[in-house]
Amino acid sequence: MTPILEMRGITKTFPGVKALDDVSFKVMPGEIHAICGENGAGKSTLMKVLSGVYPHGTYEGEIFYEGEPMAFSGIHDSEARGIIIIHQELALVPLLSIAENIFLGNERASGGVINWHETMQRTQALLRKVGLTEAPGTMVDKIGVGKQQLVEIAKALSKDVKLLILDEPTAALQENDSRKLLDLMLELKAQGVTSIIISHKLNEVRYVADTVTVIRDGRTVGTRDAHAGLSENDIVRDMVGRDMTHRFPDRTPKIGELLLEVADWNVWHPEHKDRKVIEDISFNVRAGEVVGIAGLMGSGRTELAMSIFGQSWGRNISGNVKLRGKPIDVSKVDRAIAAGLSYVTEDRKALGLILDETIKFNTSLARLEAVSKNGILDDMRDTEVAERYRKAMRTRTPGVFQKVSNLSGGNQQKVVLAKWLFTEPEVLILDEPTRGIDVGAKYEIYTIINELAAQGKGVVVISSEMPELLGMCDRIYVMNEGSFVGEMPAAEASQERIMSLIVTE
Amino acid sequence: MTTETQTPADEQTGGQTSGQTTMSIGSYLTHHLRDYGLLFALIVIMVFFQAMTHGTLMRPVNITNLFLQNSYIIIMALGMLIVIVAGHIDLSVGSVMGFIGAFAAVMIVNYDLPVLVTVPAALILGGLIGAAQGYWVAYWKIPSFIVTLAGMLVFRGASLLLLNGQSVGPFPRNFQLLSTGFIPDILPRAATKPLATAVGSFNFNVLAMGVGIILAMAIVYLGMRARARARQYGMEGEPAAFFWVRNIIVIGALLFLTFKLATFRGFPNVLVTMGILIAIYAFVTENTTLGRRIYALGGNVKAAKLSGIKTERLTFFAFVNMGVLAALAGLIFAARLNTATPKAGFGMELDVIAAVFIGGASMSGGVGKIVGAVVGAFIMGVMNNGMSIMGIGIDYQQMIKGLVLLAAVIFDVYNKQKQG
Ligand SMILES: Nc1ncnc2c1ncn2[C@@H]1O[C@H](COP(=O)(O)OP(=O)(O)OP(=O)(O)O)[C@@H](O)[C@H]1O
Ligand SMILES: [Mg+2]
Repeated sequence: MTPILEMRGITKTFPGVKALDDVSFKVMPGEIHAICGENGAGKSTLMKVLSGVYPHGTYEGEIFYEGEPMAFSGIHDSEARGIIIIHQELALVPLLSIAENIFLGNERASGGVINWHETMQRTQALLRKVGLTEAPGTMVDKIGVGKQQLVEIAKALSKDVKLLILDEPTAALQENDSRKLLDLMLELKAQGVTSIIISHKLNEVRYVADTVTVIRDGRTVGTRDAHAGLSENDIVRDMVGRDMTHRFPDRTPKIGELLLEVADWNVWHPEHKDRKVIEDISFNVRAGEVVGIAGLMGSGRTELAMSIFGQSWGRNISGNVKLRGKPIDVSKVDRAIAAGLSYVTEDRKALGLILDETIKFNTSLARLEAVSKNGILDDMRDTEVAERYRKAMRTRTPGVFQKVSNLSGGNQQKVVLAKWLFTEPEVLILDEPTRGIDVGAKYEIYTIINELAAQGKGVVVISSEMPELLGMCDRIYVMNEGSFVGEMPAAEASQERIMSLIVTE
Repeated sequence: MTTETQTPADEQTGGQTSGQTTMSIGSYLTHHLRDYGLLFALIVIMVFFQAMTHGTLMRPVNITNLFLQNSYIIIMALGMLIVIVAGHIDLSVGSVMGFIGAFAAVMIVNYDLPVLVTVPAALILGGLIGAAQGYWVAYWKIPSFIVTLAGMLVFRGASLLLLNGQSVGPFPRNFQLLSTGFIPDILPRAATKPLATAVGSFNFNVLAMGVGIILAMAIVYLGMRARARARQYGMEGEPAAFFWVRNIIVIGALLFLTFKLATFRGFPNVLVTMGILIAIYAFVTENTTLGRRIYALGGNVKAAKLSGIKTERLTFFAFVNMGVLAALAGLIFAARLNTATPKAGFGMELDVIAAVFIGGASMSGGVGKIVGAVVGAFIMGVMNNGMSIMGIGIDYQQMIKGLVLLAAVIFDVYNKQKQG
């Protein structure tokens, strides 16, 4: 069989960074081909080369598609050939309807006048295909990320897709949504669509992929058949170049006094004044303890965390927060930081980073006092701090003067983490801290969490990855629809037990 | 990528000196095309007009005039840069400037109040005007375009009202000094006479020349120190050739200009005011936590807010600051014309905003430098001046300025895309 796609000797250089170095691989027609690799290995870059985001001439090497050499000068060219890419960051317009989004740039129209009837009908058919029951006129910002991801796929299907590229489609999804998406991929495969999927979730890779290509440091390590008893560890070994037997670092918890206490926390929606989003939540964190908050997406975990952290979400917030038994003022972000709280957002692009600025700029932003004297910045100290965290987090970048927007997704996440670690909080609240992060880096982040706990700090982890909560936490709260519905020591917790608490509510 | 990302910083620093990680001159230039391009454009434009005006442009008297004519634009550009970096715009500055001029005229000419009372009162009034507009923008999240558009209309009307539609003037001598005064020389005229005849002029201001030389030396010294520090930290350094070429051009221009000024009447008062303000604003934006926070605010308000930055207060003060600077510009302008007219400042906001964008600021906020805005203002200023000397009509002048603005921004966007 001839491959549907072959990329040969692809080399792509950015100023100061060789992102891809002689990468070659083949994709067979009708298969699901997974691409794995550490953060910054070059996966997204490779797919951008393939789809013409980086046009022909800005890279070296050749692309053969359906047996012919390709020289795409833009994404339109590749789409015309049936190559559709869904990027790591969702690209839907939030204030347009599902139907409008699906046919954006590809409107069903004659003479510039949109044929709404056809648009709606075709959208309905496409939505059925991807298993969505939403009305085509629903605004995109009213549906969750999981469904948005499915809308992206419906959009791809509207364009006669032959080769579908999904860059970390499940990073922001929780398990059942991910499963739906993966099953959809298998269904499309049965219909003859070839797919390339990039993912850090190796169990999912094993579930859907027929072949796995691993990239390390911009080079191909090799392509393996996923059916011939390939284990997650095999993939990890290719990715990091060594064996990784443990996913979670060892730790002996040393739990001390009560550190953070939140009592009778109530929050109302900032726009819908009659909607109570957080209802009577009380919880605590002890020194040296890692506390998890489990729950479905939309259960209010982020809202809870942000409302505590300087009232940065919600209105009419009421309740008490105490640190070591003393009430603290968390009514403004700077006061919350001063009191010893830090919150690492789940949305690094919108809420975590100044993308146009450097790693250095971002690292010290939440604690400029520490790198300045009388309001005058000490450039050396600033650079030192950024450099220190870059090394500790093993952020892959040519230097701390690199713009954050030029980093790979996972490395951006490390910068956000570094920024909040530098504030040296008493209690660190982490919201989906390992989203889009590779296995090796996850282990590093877990190690950092453990170190904080060992120093007697408190850590709160919000995560949609249940194994992560079970593996990292000492105690887990279960949240559903704005209130806590259960609390258990992690030793007694299991995925089933947590889910059953959520479902019975 | 592989080797570079994994080498520890000390090795990188080592690489820096051995020339491994130092960028090639070509790639450095494409990266910093903006910074050099601007300076280069200014020089080209000056040389062009120097030739077209048969040397009139660089006459001592005209150079002095250039500074006097553009001082208020530059002073307002400092404030505008901050407003724009913070992610906003202020369309009212021209009207506010005119209004403050009118206010000063009424105070001094009609009510005979002393200059020493009027000037601080005018600056405070400017701050209050900025506060009145900034309040709505910062705390009510009303788009600055709309708030300041309203302000533009309100204060244009208010000037008319204050002046009863008439020009008010002239001002007493001490008020005029604000704009038309010169810093007297330290040596008596007689002592510098031989020097003056030696360079072939009727006057030679030793103080001006001396300050120019000291400034030039300071620039080289500070530049070298910054370079040494950067090298120590393995920062991406400016290739030595660039550093020296740039410095020689800057110093050459500085010495040349001070020489020209020295052979006329020395430093105008405004030039000194302006120079000090430029230095302060450049320092604040680049080296202080305040400056850092303003860039963060403009780069991503939400992320800045979640980092504990008081985004509302910063926005508010950006407008207060703009108001004070617009007031100062208004005083200088009125002093220069020696009357306050209802038309003063008309359309001036556009020149100021154009200067900031030519200087490389971005409409979406978070990007832009004080030095860029100042050079941008000079580019506009030299073009205005040169074209006027050449006798080009105001019609063509406007069109040419418009196209230059567009070209500068296109150049920016193109540059950004090329770097990906
Ligand atoms: N526009 C750019 N300018 C400079 N460097 C870039 C640019 N885009 C990507 N890079 C660099 O290229 C490398 C590969 O990035 P890429 O986004 O392909 O990684 P990735 O494998 O997708 O990682 P992740 O799993 O974190 O998404 C990284 O080191 C990144 O910093
Ligand atoms: Mg990626």
